[in-house]
Amino acid sequence: MSRRRLLAIARKEVIQLGRDPRSLILAFLLPLLLVLVFGYAITLDVRDIRLAVLDLDVTSESRKLVDAFEESGYFSVHRRLERHGDAERMLVGGEVSAVLVIPRDFAADVAARRGAPVQLLLDGSDANTATIALGYADAIVSRFAADLLPVRDVSLAVEAETRIWYNQTLESRNMIVPGLIAVLMSIIAAMLTSLTIAREWERGTMEQLVATPVHRLEVVFGKLLPYVGIGLVDVVLASAVGVLMFGVPLRGSAALLLAASVLFLLGAQGLGIFLSAALRSQVLATQAAIMVTYLPALLLSGFIFAIANMPAALQVVSYAVPARYFITVTRGIFLKGVGLEALLGSLIGLAIYSVIGLALASRAFRKEIA
Amino acid sequence: MSELAAPMSELAATRPAVRVSGLTKLFGAFTAVDDVSFDVGTGEIFGFLGPNGAGKTTTIKMLTGLLHPTSGTAEIAGLSILHDLETLKCRIGYMSQLFSLYADLTVEENIDLFAGLYGVRGDRLEERKAWILEMAGIGEQARRLTADLPLGFKQRLALGCAVIHGPPILFLDEPTSGVDPVARRGFWDLIYDLSEAGTTVFVSTHYMEEAEYCHRLALMNRGRLIALDSPATLRGSMADPLLELRTDDTPRAVELVKGLSGVLEASMYGRALHVLVEDERAATPVISEALDNAGLTLRSLRRIEPALEDVFVARVREAGGVE
Repeated sequence: MSRRRLLAIARKEVIQLGRDPRSLILAFLLPLLLVLVFGYAITLDVRDIRLAVLDLDVTSESRKLVDAFEESGYFSVHRRLERHGDAERMLVGGEVSAVLVIPRDFAADVAARRGAPVQLLLDGSDANTATIALGYADAIVSRFAADLLPVRDVSLAVEAETRIWYNQTLESRNMIVPGLIAVLMSIIAAMLTSLTIAREWERGTMEQLVATPVHRLEVVFGKLLPYVGIGLVDVVLASAVGVLMFGVPLRGSAALLLAASVLFLLGAQGLGIFLSAALRSQVLATQAAIMVTYLPALLLSGFIFAIANMPAALQVVSYAVPARYFITVTRGIFLKGVGLEALLGSLIGLAIYSVIGLALASRAFRKEIA
Repeated sequence: MSELAAPMSELAATRPAVRVSGLTKLFGAFTAVDDVSFDVGTGEIFGFLGPNGAGKTTTIKMLTGLLHPTSGTAEIAGLSILHDLETLKCRIGYMSQLFSLYADLTVEENIDLFAGLYGVRGDRLEERKAWILEMAGIGEQARRLTADLPLGFKQRLALGCAVIHGPPILFLDEPTSGVDPVARRGFWDLIYDLSEAGTTVFVSTHYMEEAEYCHRLALMNRGRLIALDSPATLRGSMADPLLELRTDDTPRAVELVKGLSGVLEASMYGRALHVLVEDERAATPVISEALDNAGLTLRSLRRIEPALEDVFVARVREAGGVE
């Protein structure tokens, strides 16, 4: 391999990129935009659940219970209903996610200590929100019941004192942003390089290129070099947005994050070059790149769905999804501040990916026409 | 075929720059190049002539290492296209059929790129760059995007990039297609300059007037080499007499004359008709009578010296016609 020829290719790529606004937008603006959109839009926290209240008792006790729901911050009373029929209509129409039904004898039952029942109807079509709402409602009702006891003389024998580490406030944004960086880079990296070789075939420039003594590894690495640079800039930009705008903590080593990013980028961009060289069409190669990187990265990496909760078969498949390792690394570095030893397994996973990506890229690229 | 055994030009005899033997390329069941053998002498301008699909481009791509032959081999500057491909690529220049420099790079950036790939640098690069800019007549436009250059200048730049490393052998695949006649003539002046400086030039074309510029010509049809000689010898090799016929309705006359007895071939040649016959004396009255019967006016009918195109048409017919 000749360093000069490799650099001649890399230099040409940089000049071409600089003159192509479409590629520049794809390379720099798109990741930034996605981080902002996802960062603001995806939040798994459930707040202000829309609640309808059917208060059949209408006493000061029943009003206190409704106030307790409202004051919690998790529910907002959206409607007050008159009849049972309305409750179903509200849920079906999606106007509210939950209906609190307080039966007629609520105050009397409370006074008589008869374990006054209240009913909560939940819209189970959004199971995630329903489960979380149920948890909140349970807590609110228990607390309400406890406050009704005249003397707090009941001391529990065992009490669990929970504390959540690494993300004390359980902000889902803290979970999402580091994972998002990994998912974003999965899409962008392979997509960027999926254009490069195919474009040369489509424009006919490849023919002149392969007639020169340039070695195929020089072409592959010469093209990779600028894109790895762009990928690293993207990682830095996305991390900066996460830290500065969303207040996500960066507890670990930034250098380690960049090193892991290089491994991941080599794999993903090698894969992009492989697809580009194998398909020789920009449209096909881009679509293929999105297919093989985006969907697995989104669904099987643990970004949204915890891998531990997946069926066993999918858990096995997830080992082949490089974003899985990268997400472990980004979350580990951002949230836990862990170092090399803790991430070694994932880093090895990424290293294997980069070797596979590069091997595929250099094998698929043939210096032969047709 | 006697032409294939014709003596090589003196240049070719001394030390062949290209030696092709039994070169064959199959694409599936289709034979693109069929057992082609020939030598090209050092410093020669060797023309490759034939209709589209005759196998010219495929042959050039095999000789420049862009395609692997199915069988057969070739030696270029003493290097095998099968075994010494990487070294070989440093010794040859190649300019493809379609303009294939980077349109989104400037003239100078294209030159720098190919200089980098061919390992030309330092003083030599400056010298070669100045030469290319002057040769192509684009000294003023060094910083312009290549896309904005007129086609004629693009072709000259492409030629410059193809020879930036001063290769002893240059392959040009239909280098002037789409270029106007004046620019074409200018391009051939450059080819002559290179040839005089000792470069062997292997050029394919389908322009007959360009074929006349070559020292020797190889005629290809359906993947086979059907004739190989100097333009003058090829023209002189036509044994059958050729008649030029002028009438008031040439398209009708072609159909009419083609079927007559004693007529081997009739084809349009501008406004006239070229008719290849078995025997001049016998054919003349037959042709006049046929035109007369059809109500066409015969303006003139005379024997002429064949041009290369006539030779080409005749050879293709002898070889079994175009696909």
